[in-house]
Amino acid sequence: MSLAQSAVIAGVYEHPTRWAPEKTAYQIHAESARGALADAGLTIKDVDGYLTAGVSPLGVMTLAEHLDLNPRYLDSTQIGGSSFVAHVSHAAAAIAAGLCEVALITYGSRASSERFAVGTGGQSPNDPPDQFEAPYGPTLIGAYAMCAQRHMHEFGTTAEQLAEIAVTTRRHAALNPVAKFRDPITVDDVLASRVVSSPLHLLDCCIITDGGGAVVVTSAERGRDLKKRPVRILGAAEALCHTSSGVRDLTAMAAKQSGPRAMAMAGVAHSDIDMCMLYDSFTITVLATLENLGFCRKGEGGAFVQNGRIGLGGALPINTDGGGLSSNHPGMRGIFLVIEAVKQLRGECGPRQVNNCRIALCHGTGGMLGLRHSGATLVLASA
Amino acid sequence: MAEAKSAKPLPRVDEESKGFWEACRRHELYLQRCRDCGRFRYYPRALCPQCLSDRTDWVLSSGRGSVYTYTVTYQNQAPGFRESLPYVLAYVELDQGVRLLTNIVGCAPEQVSIGMPVQVVFDDLTPEIALPKFQPAEG
Repeated sequence: MSLAQSAVIAGVYEHPTRWAPEKTAYQIHAESARGALADAGLTIKDVDGYLTAGVSPLGVMTLAEHLDLNPRYLDSTQIGGSSFVAHVSHAAAAIAAGLCEVALITYGSRASSERFAVGTGGQSPNDPPDQFEAPYGPTLIGAYAMCAQRHMHEFGTTAEQLAEIAVTTRRHAALNPVAKFRDPITVDDVLASRVVSSPLHLLDCCIITDGGGAVVVTSAERGRDLKKRPVRILGAAEALCHTSSGVRDLTAMAAKQSGPRAMAMAGVAHSDIDMCMLYDSFTITVLATLENLGFCRKGEGGAFVQNGRIGLGGALPINTDGGGLSSNHPGMRGIFLVIEAVKQLRGECGPRQVNNCRIALCHGTGGMLGLRHSGATLVLASA
Repeated sequence: MAEAKSAKPLPRVDEESKGFWEACRRHELYLQRCRDCGRFRYYPRALCPQCLSDRTDWVLSSGRGSVYTYTVTYQNQAPGFRESLPYVLAYVELDQGVRLLTNIVGCAPEQVSIGMPVQVVFDDLTPEIALPKFQPAEG
């Protein structure tokens, strides 16, 4: 039986906090779990599958203890910020295989109040590739910046085109009452902001917040008479991209593999997609993801994001919640891609609602573009 | 300057990489080439990731190449690096075809460009570790 026939998303919850020094990360996980289960009309006692990443290497165990869960399916897949996108398909596969029936995915972090140097900290030199990288001072932003520089060199992509992505998502954030930054910005504002790692300016970079969220995946059968109309999981795929023994193309992303696979499983074409939630660690991440997913040809991403195409009312609205560039980014953003897509497909987004939204695509990127990163694509549809 | 250098992470030399780092200590850049499938690879490792052969030749590199891409880093909060800002992080493509992450030194950051010819130089961090970096090639 296919994923689409087996499993659905029954509930979602985005924690409204962006600053939570008075809470613990575990509390944010638990409050998010409560929210998503309430959204689905289920209780914590219904949960028999649990998936999470990010708290610590063994975080799935400590969090299960914190929630007093005794699940029969566990998954702590940690592939960076895309993890929670991958968790949805892992949960669906587990449900299809009969390993569990109600899977809970939670995320919580206090990146902002704990002052994590998410983008500009050093790297540890311990694993084999790291000993050849860490001594040179790669930051997260620096790794993405080298991809942006190469993209500009090969294709003539401009700083103004990258800035257009930040400006568009800020416009979306203005329509999201819980977004951290809602004041409009212009292309000139982006270009005038300080350069963190050339060619990326501060406003080309995701923000740092506290926050969290949760998603409940259940069987198609169980989903039929829950509180909300379930969202269908039409297609899913994952991929990795690394330096390939020293020959990798730095403008190629894992999305190039996972996107077509997920869309083939879903049986949809690019023209069928009503909106996208794309991991926006940096403006270049969005531009390169659009190209690698095949929404435009390689090198044409700069022109593609101009003239309102990726804004609300455009041909392909993206990151309608304001994204990691303006709404929230507690370190690993994948779960919010799923949450916003589900809300759009259920028509719950108020002033930022995409008209007649039937099919949404989520693509998470985890790790570092330029060094090694993961990609996870989901194609979701309204019931 | 010595203090700033020692604050940066040093490569953790292991059984798979020690041949590379021992050559660097002699200021020689060696690359691995698989004796079975003939492919160069970087970073060094015991088995060829293309064919999993463990028959490896070490080939002396000319140390010449060109800048494939780069970034000028203006913010890094990690000890050792924050004192060195701004610095250039780059991928250099060696004449053998492999690209390695490195720093471009010996010129102002704003002079670096993609395609610029470069030549390896070694930064002696400790008596054991010399880090290969690149500077603009002469001539």
